[in-house]
Parts: sequence; C-alpha cells; structure tokens
Amino acid sequence: MSLLDIRNLSVRFGAADAVPVVDGLDLSVEKGEVLAIVGESGSGKSVTMMALMGLIDAPGIVQADCMQFDNTDMLRLKGRQRRRIVGKDLSMVFQDPMTALNPSYTVGFQIEEVLHQHLGLKGKAARARALELLERVEIPGAASRLDAYPHQLSGGMSQRVAIAMAIAAEPKLLIADEPTTALDVTIQAQIMELLLDLQRDQGMALVLITHDLAVVAETAQRVCVMYAGQAVELGQVPTLFDAPSHPYTEALLKAIPEHSAGARRLATLPGIVPGRYDRPQGCLLSPRCPYVQPRCRDERPTLDAHERGAARCFFPLVPTTEVA
Amino acid sequence: MSTVLQARELTRHYSVSRGLFKPAALVQALNGVSFSLQAGKTLAVVGESGCGKSTLARALTLIEEPSSGSLQIAGREVTGASHTERKQLRRDVQMVFQNPYASLNPRQKIGDQLAEPLLINTHLSRAERREKVQAMMQQVGLRPEHYQRYPHMFSGGQRQRIALARAMMLQPQVLVADEPTSALDVSIQAQVLNLFMDLQEQYQTGYVFISHNLAVVRHVADDVLVMYLGRPVEMGPAEALYARPLHPYTRALLSATPAIHPDPDKPRMKISGELPNPLNPPSGCAFHKRCPHADERCRSERPELRLIDTRQVACHHVERIVD
Repeated sequence: MSLLDIRNLSVRFGAADAVPVVDGLDLSVEKGEVLAIVGESGSGKSVTMMALMGLIDAPGIVQADCMQFDNTDMLRLKGRQRRRIVGKDLSMVFQDPMTALNPSYTVGFQIEEVLHQHLGLKGKAARARALELLERVEIPGAASRLDAYPHQLSGGMSQRVAIAMAIAAEPKLLIADEPTTALDVTIQAQIMELLLDLQRDQGMALVLITHDLAVVAETAQRVCVMYAGQAVELGQVPTLFDAPSHPYTEALLKAIPEHSAGARRLATLPGIVPGRYDRPQGCLLSPRCPYVQPRCRDERPTLDAHERGAARCFFPLVPTTEVA
Repeated sequence: MSTVLQARELTRHYSVSRGLFKPAALVQALNGVSFSLQAGKTLAVVGESGCGKSTLARALTLIEEPSSGSLQIAGREVTGASHTERKQLRRDVQMVFQNPYASLNPRQKIGDQLAEPLLINTHLSRAERREKVQAMMQQVGLRPEHYQRYPHMFSGGQRQRIALARAMMLQPQVLVADEPTSALDVSIQAQVLNLFMDLQEQYQTGYVFISHNLAVVRHVADDVLVMYLGRPVEMGPAEALYARPLHPYTRALLSATPAIHPDPDKPRMKISGELPNPLNPPSGCAFHKRCPHADERCRSERPELRLIDTRQVACHHVERIVD
C-alpha cells in the first residue's frame, strides 16, 4: 500500500466542462521515497499538490477516483479532520519563503504554534522543541533567532525556518514546491542537502516540485514529467535522463545549455504550451513534436507502462546505443 | 576588432542612513571593476544576489554615475561628459531587463514601443520608422499583426523577444542584459538564448550578460567576471575558467550548480554560511568567513587581482588550493 495514491485526478476552474488544469493524473508515492514532479509553468504541478492539501477553493473543482493518503480518503475530509492531517502528517514548503511566514510574529512563535496545534506542546516544552528544530535546520545562533521576525532573516534563513515549521510534527510526506527557486545557487545547494538529510533521517517521503531538471537529476529517485496538465512520462533517475522515452522529456533535456556544450545554438522545441483555447484534439504535444504522425493529431494517447517506466506517447522513443 | 566598452576601476558607493543621530554608513556596492569588451563578444558577470552585478549594469547603461573610475563606450569617455554627449552615448548602450512583465509599457502598442527609440534618436519619417520596426519584428520572430497588440497579449518568452527587439532598434554597440532568461521556462529560455546569439552574430554587438545561472553563462560567454560582495574575484576566458576554476568562490559556485550528468572531475566543495552584511564587510578577503582555505593572512590582508595563466584572480592561496 502506497503512502499516497492519487487516481484520475482532474482540477478545473470555472465551469464543470472547462479545460482541466490537471487532466486525469495518476500518482503514487511510497514511504520514504523522493519523487520529483517536473514541468514548465502552467503544467499543473503545483495545482496537483494544492488539490491534495485541500487548498483549492471555489470556483476550483477537484475530481478524482481516489485520493488516499496514509489510508485516509482526502477527498471526503471536512475542515476539522483535514486540519488534523495537513500540517502534521502531510506538510508543505512553499517557493517564496518571504511570503510563507507571517511577518507579524516571531519565528519562535510560529514554530511553537505548529507544536501546540499538532502535538499539544506548550510553554517551555514547546520553546525547547522549537529551539531544537532551528538547530536541526542548521540556523547559526539558533537561540537568538527564536525571537527574530521574518524580515530580519535572509531568504535562505527564512526558507530554513519554513522547513523547520514543516517538519515540526514529523510528517510522513513533505511536499516542497520549488523550495530553492528564489534562492542563490550556493544557498540552493545547502537547502537541498538539508531536505535530503531530513528525508533520510526521519524516513519521510519527499515530493519535490520543480522546473529545474538538474536539481532533479541530483536529488530524486523517481520523476513524473508533466505537460499541459498531464503526466507525460514516469521513470527512474538516472534512466529517464539517459534515455527519455517521451519526446517532450527529450526536448526539455536538449534545451538545457549543458546538453549543447560547445554548440552556438541550443536545440529548441518550437512554439509554446497550448492554452485553454488552442488545445489540440490529439496528443497535447502534437503541434510542437518533431516526431508527429497523423495518428497523434487525431487521438489522445494514454499513459502506457513500458519496461523502463511509462510514457504518454503512441511512438515512444527507443533508447539507442549511441551516447547522446 | 574594436573595443566597444572599457571600464577602469569602476566604483559605486552608496551612503545609507542608519537613523537620525547615527552617522550614515557606506555600502561599497561596486569596487574596482575593470574590463574591456570587444565588438561581437560576450562578457558574462556572475555572482549571487548582493554581489554588485546589477549596480554594474546601472553604471554601464549610464543610469547611474559611478563614484569613481572611468568608463569608455566605443572609445568615448563617459565620466565628465556633458548632458548632450551623454544623450549621444546612451544610443550605443541598451539594456534588456530581467522581468519582461515589468519592462514593457502596458498601455502602449508593441509597434509604438519599438518605434519610440527611433522617434527620440533619429529623424526618420513615420513610414520609415514603421518599416524598420516591421523588419526588426520579423527578425525576432514576431508576426506583422503583433504590431497593433499590447504587452498583456503576449507570453513571457514573446515579451522578452519584444524587449530585445526594442533594445536592438538603434543597433547599439553594447547590450547589457540583466538576467534576461531567469523568468522563463527552460524550453523558452533556449529559444530566447538562440535569438540573442543570432542577433549578436548579425550586428556584432558586444554583450554584457548578467546571470546567476552558470550553465547559461557557459553557453553564451566568451569571458566571465565572477564577483563577490562588490569586488571582482576572478576574471578570464570562459573555457579556461570552467575547466579549471582558480578562486575558491568560483569553485564553490561551480560545485553548487546542479547538472544532469554530473562531471566526476568537478570540484566538490561545499561552502557554509551566506553573503556577509555589506554594511559591515569582513576585514581582509571578503570571502574568508566562508572559505575552507582561509588563514590568518586572508583575515587581515585583502588580496588584489593578479594574473595567473590567462586569468586575473584575487586570492592569496591560488597555488596552494589548485593542484
């Protein structure tokens, strides 16, 4: 039994027949694994996780055949029951640490609030645990930082505090939504190392939402590549990076400057992601795909498993023996 | 090949008020930056936030006057130039900004925005301006019907194309691009980077390319300038710098940059801590608090840039660190 099991999740905004932002997504996360969800802006990677957390309000519509987290059906939970799980067993770190913290309260207070809500800790016990947590996320001079306000901290420090809050109740699953996008590269390396450290120590599962394939290659065990609301490829690291089977994954990898070392021009995928009014009838990638066939323009492919993972393509790429 | 941009000991200090009864503090945002840029070449400026890259961009584009040092654009001296001369000089340095959502006027049609540099700086007729704009639009991959549209009707990548087209309208000698692709998705970034390269090839423009993304820099740059807390720490040809980084900070940056297929030979070096407070910079080498190789000399004496191989490096211990 997986820790998280999502089947056929769709999220729409507005009318019930609106173009789905997340379109029939299947996803499962095992205990203690690191799964990365990769995609460009608008591919639905954040919305998926927000649907799981119950953060999508009207006019958003969330539909799924199944959304099980740790043997609880997340679809049918009401406010109070949901709050008992979200923030405790299931918690999240957001992209912009400057807006994720409340500017009016000290970081100590905000961490203690989590401890009080979910673990019932109060007073000295809560403060001692908050201090431990700040030390765990490697904040220098942790004792003096308990009484600091978020504006007194740098971006990297704020992200560490946000992580401390997220792991305060020892979650089973931590969702990190672009946790390092707003940070500098040396700080990014520090934060990623901290997240992986925590993941190993506490045996928690980590879902990493990102657009940066290089970060995925260095951290994740399994990847889900999303395009225009659909999962287009599932695979293991590093197999997926060595031999992508979906043309979109291949194009993404080729577009990275690292791939075209020495060349003056980068390989590109022409055009842009389809919007709500120009969604193709067939495969969503068909207008941009270099390998497009007549069948791709008429029919939508399904996500089919193959020996190395799964791809949503009628003509998945076969790994060649030549070194890419 | 002609030198289009030459900076000598460029410095920019800001005084920051710390309250009514305290003396103002001095932030040395830019300190002793020297380089020269040839036509058709790209100098990349690399560093983390707060290292002075954007201050450098503002000084190069004459948005701000440097506190000291000299700057020459296409052989003409900028410091001490009169108002009219500066207006002339500005034609030759154009800029592309990071966020194309903010750098275009939301109330002006694309065609008018692209024609504005011509309206201000040339005596072309309306029809001639329109013709030039249409030609440039075609070159950057915009369709003729886009002429009458407003910025909100475009995607981020298209907006950055428009911003680039606007900067290239006057065919400047130098283009300063401040993080031009960091707001874009990977596949769009590749398209925009290709456009940058194509335009450079055609017009032989000198690029100053400011970025924190070392993978992008490796692709575009001929020379790289690495900055830390307002000072240059390493400068030299891109290839040599990536193959064998000399300064510990450059090594740390390269080691922190994730890669799809990590190079087994890449320097493995982790640095702790964050950028020090620029109001109260450390004594000696600004990097010594984060540097694993720092010793007593680094704490007391500031290293000057010196020439090693083809590069300038500001570190006392290069010979000891690099094998």
